[in-house]
Amino acid sequence: MSILITPDTKVLVQGITGEFGARHTRLSLDYGTKIAAGVTPGKGGQFFEHAGHKVPIFNTVRDAVAATGATVSAVFVPPPFAADAILECADADLDLCVAITEGIPIKDMIAAKRAMAGKKTRLIGPNCPGLVTPGTGKDSTGGCRIGIAPGYIHKKGHVGVVSRSGTLTYEAVFQLTSKGLGQTTSVGIGGDPVNGTSHLDVIKMFNDDPDTWGIIMIGEIGGNAEVEAARWIKANCKKPVAGFIAGATAPAGRRMGHAGAVVGGAEDTAAAKIAVFKECGIECAVTPSDMADALLRIAKARGAKLA
Amino acid sequence: MNIHEYQAKALFEKYGVAVPRGVAARTPAEFDSALSTLGHDGPLIVKSQIHAGGRGKGTFTDGFKGGVKFAKTKAEALDYANKMFNNTLVSAQTGPAGRKVQTVYFTVASDIAKEYYLAILLDRNTSRPVIVASTEGGVEIEKVAHETPEKIFKIIVDPAVGLQGYQARELAFRLGLTGDYFKNAVKLIAALYRMFWETDAAMVEVNPLITTPTGQVLALDAKVSFDDNALFRHPEIVALRDLNEEDPKEIEASKYSLSYIALDGNIACLVNGAGLAMSTMDIIKHFGGSPANFLDVGGGASKDQVTAAFKIILTDPNVKGILVNIFGGIMDCNTIATGVVAASRELALTIPLVVRLEGNNVAAGKKTLAESGLKIESADTMADAAQKIVKLVA
Repeated sequence: MSILITPDTKVLVQGITGEFGARHTRLSLDYGTKIAAGVTPGKGGQFFEHAGHKVPIFNTVRDAVAATGATVSAVFVPPPFAADAILECADADLDLCVAITEGIPIKDMIAAKRAMAGKKTRLIGPNCPGLVTPGTGKDSTGGCRIGIAPGYIHKKGHVGVVSRSGTLTYEAVFQLTSKGLGQTTSVGIGGDPVNGTSHLDVIKMFNDDPDTWGIIMIGEIGGNAEVEAARWIKANCKKPVAGFIAGATAPAGRRMGHAGAVVGGAEDTAAAKIAVFKECGIECAVTPSDMADALLRIAKARGAKLA
Repeated sequence: MNIHEYQAKALFEKYGVAVPRGVAARTPAEFDSALSTLGHDGPLIVKSQIHAGGRGKGTFTDGFKGGVKFAKTKAEALDYANKMFNNTLVSAQTGPAGRKVQTVYFTVASDIAKEYYLAILLDRNTSRPVIVASTEGGVEIEKVAHETPEKIFKIIVDPAVGLQGYQARELAFRLGLTGDYFKNAVKLIAALYRMFWETDAAMVEVNPLITTPTGQVLALDAKVSFDDNALFRHPEIVALRDLNEEDPKEIEASKYSLSYIALDGNIACLVNGAGLAMSTMDIIKHFGGSPANFLDVGGGASKDQVTAAFKIILTDPNVKGILVNIFGGIMDCNTIATGVVAASRELALTIPLVVRLEGNNVAAGKKTLAESGLKIESADTMADAAQKIVKLVA
């Protein structure tokens, strides 16, 4: 099994006709993802064609869901219209909305998150690489790739990866695959201060997934989401967990690319978070090159299997 | 994006947040007319306008003390303004280089009954705006939070309905205000929230907020920053941007949608993705080096962007070597490799360059680097790359 998505998940893409959305839809189709529909207002009735695939395009998410049974959306809509696209998913009762878009105004996300409270739809992101459940084919094809992660670095297996940062997620996955350790699902939750799904939400899912045997949790300076997840792990999670926090050298008060990555106080520095990780029994990667090895260390120490 | 105090107070007034009367002057020639416009015969405050706090306790590089001065007369105010103007103010928040004062703000001096603290920002735990207030104003709020947390009050605003009257009242009661003070504070809190929400502010801070002996509640200082992602819908706020307050390298970077922050080390880095860029800085430090910058080329970096990034990096005279670390998820590694080669040729690069590429189309990227004929050191992992560049600049 996996979390959130499986190779059979039917996916729709909002913004499928934009350059960015189109490129990654082609890559996802090549990976084997079941792209069931595209949504671009005004282009309903057209088709998105690639390598023998003919994906129908709809004017609205509701139309796309009614015609194809898609349950998950990938949002590639430009920032000024992205919150609107996210709310359209929620209104159509999708299971999951994965918002890739970077640069959405924080106020739009504050309002969107509030409007989604109590709705069925789970939001991942925004400003995230999306998620991958690897398949069994060559270069892990035959899986489900939603978003912009490179599919081929994955391998089907038993490690769960959760991270705020896209490229650090790839780094961790690549290290795991290079060492023969496959993944159940890799999840990028995004670098914005207001996001739909937290580290803890994903950790709980990995904990409940019998196929996930070990977890890598990657965080950053800013906020307390990693600390919250670490404390929960200490109390509830028996699986080996390795962690890494980026930003030990970031100067205080400066926003480091991610809107969420800014040190505000003493509690959200890299040093403070790493201290909490250690206290909670999470094996910390000394450098970003050490993430897979850190997981191997703690698994070995606990006599836990990872593959 | 940050703005000056005088600009923030103009916004405050527009939204009905009471402030002491004031006029800004951008050249010494304007000082006289500014003071006439103010038309106040009593004491004045002369305030240096820079995008950093701690001005009052700051010292100018020529030894003149205090970026905020109390003046009993117009003549005294004029004298202070002339001493501040074009002078470089160093405060706890400016760094040792300080900031050049290019605008001076004159305000009417207010009689202070008591000082308070008021701010509005995002509460990350609830993903909602939070209003923070304290009876301890005019001091560092971090210190108050640490030593006397019971003196800090917070109100979380539900964005679906906005700030409610009872919430503003509750805050004013907690601050111990009564009578006119209470009425005026409730009005001010509501107006400040409306400004925060409507302008897409990231943070609004009033420290101190004061009461006067005559019943007024005034924002004596104003610090406002805005969400960069929302600037596209606020041309009136973009117009307030003061490029003098920003690092020229960071301005140049923003023209190419690069995220660049100068640091004080000697190993420049060019990385895709904020998390990877931060951890590249971390790993350079781990292996004994010192990063010269944070530079995220983002997700869709073009050859032009990479060339621009290299040019910006090389304007820093401290840079003794460059580390390029790209994990191509969104990005084609060959685009980066082509950009790196083109930039190295165009700039006749002489300092060591280590390139670590991985991901999308990596084979073509590595081939482009190898066939360039340039002295580019390739690395396979981040640790390998960091160790190589640290050794090369040592």
